[in-house]
Amino acid sequence: MTMAESQILADSAAIPRPVYEISRLSKTYARNRLVALADVNLTLREGEFVSVIGSSGCGKSTLLKIMSGLMPPTTGRVALEGKPVTGPRADIGMMFQQATLLPWKTTIENIVLPIEIRQGKAAARAARPRAQGLLDLVGLGDFANVYPGELSGGMAQRASICRMLITQPAVLLLDEPFSALDELTRDFMNMELQRICHETRATAFLVTHSLAEAVILSDRILVMKPRPGRIVEEVVIPLPRPRTLDMINTPEFGRIVAHIRDLLGKEAAQ
Amino acid sequence: MTDTVPDDLPDTVWVEKASWIDSMPRWLAMSILFIAVVALWDLVTRWGWVSPIILPSPVETLSDLIFVGRNLITGDYMLSALWTTTKTVFFGFLIATSIGFLLGILVGETKFGERAVMPYLVAIDTMPKVAFAPLFIAWLGFDIASKVALAAFIATFPIVVATAAGLYAATENERMLFKAMGASRMQTLLRLKLPTGLPYMFTGLKIAAVGVMAGAITGEFLGGGKGFGALIRQSASQMDTPRVFALILYLSLLGLLLYFTVVWAQRKFVFWNKDQRPGALG
Repeated sequence: MTMAESQILADSAAIPRPVYEISRLSKTYARNRLVALADVNLTLREGEFVSVIGSSGCGKSTLLKIMSGLMPPTTGRVALEGKPVTGPRADIGMMFQQATLLPWKTTIENIVLPIEIRQGKAAARAARPRAQGLLDLVGLGDFANVYPGELSGGMAQRASICRMLITQPAVLLLDEPFSALDELTRDFMNMELQRICHETRATAFLVTHSLAEAVILSDRILVMKPRPGRIVEEVVIPLPRPRTLDMINTPEFGRIVAHIRDLLGKEAAQ
Repeated sequence: MTDTVPDDLPDTVWVEKASWIDSMPRWLAMSILFIAVVALWDLVTRWGWVSPIILPSPVETLSDLIFVGRNLITGDYMLSALWTTTKTVFFGFLIATSIGFLLGILVGETKFGERAVMPYLVAIDTMPKVAFAPLFIAWLGFDIASKVALAAFIATFPIVVATAAGLYAATENERMLFKAMGASRMQTLLRLKLPTGLPYMFTGLKIAAVGVMAGAITGEFLGGGKGFGALIRQSASQMDTPRVFALILYLSLLGLLLYFTVVWAQRKFVFWNKDQRPGALG
């Protein structure tokens, strides 16, 4: 099949193939019989950026933990690339609020750590050129042999992006990745994230507290509500790509943010 | 406008003054204090305020220091006594470190250790451990073994507690990261928990270094033998106070050597720990 043919096929398919599929997912904590999630259905398609937003306690962290294989669901189907998620997997990339780089390893050693853990030291050494390529991608090319103590907060998070990407995961799960950064750095990192996701054609799932961040990054936003945790609305963001920070000042952006805030506000008033 | 500053108002200049003790090099500060204390000491003895049996004069102490130093250099009986004590301290520290480290991992890593073993360790730790000295002598005799045992016994507990605390030190995020990477329990222990806990363990080793000296000398006081402790006790029983002073000073060199070996190892192995600013002496 030539490039042109596959392009035509892709175009005719119109909707990209599903990567992550969740249906009828529920989670009840046995300890206090708390229903954290009830009947959650969602599909992430290839190359899509989806965010989930909601007040604390709406179950979004639980959802992310189940999606990353760190926690089993009570009922429902959770499948990545057609295979059920039963535990942590190499094709799931995760990023946390803190960069959590090990201070006794250099930046590049931190980035190949997932390979080292899963496949051993030799494989980790072999992955170094690829790690260097990722460092170049995020603009940290000169910092490969520096210890994390010398990186700024934004640089450390960029390094943790590389660590997430090194295993070439099918899906990126982002748990408020930039919430510990100052606002200027955060805006900048969001634009970087958009660029990196575009260049690596990543499928990404973001949990965030920030409305503006969710709107500027996402193709779709899932609005969650607590007791029991569930998805109440899916908001499609029609802003064109690539997104820019200037879009935050457009009327359309304001309208979307107001709409979502309204949805969340009604919940808060209950 | 009322809030404009008049042009003729001079600029404010604040000069921060550093305190005189801050601007002094440490060696100078230490020397001044040393000279002051020795001068006071000299006055007290010179004017006969205290009996020379209780407090010998600095000159007497210095001459004994030189005597003991000469004895040590020529390899006389004092050197062999110091060597005996050094061996006691070394083996005591080695045993305490090994047992303390293993027990610390048991307590810090396993539920059994945390729930079943730790309470007993806490109970033993609260006992006055020196009181066990007669038991060790009864079990192991008057030779070096009973002193090693007492020294190790005293020094083990801080290492256990510090090692266990170190294993708890990894953050929730770091544990989650290792879980998400599919790390085994052993991998998590070796690659995350132990390195994270190293600064704690070194703190435990420093406390143990002090304890092992105390244990070794106490053992030699109580159990006789050929060590430095026995030498000190002999001199003390002969009211030879200057000699006691001199022996203690040389003994403290052994303690300092051990302590700073630990500090050196910490600097070498915990190179990343920037926020761990050592105080005056590490």
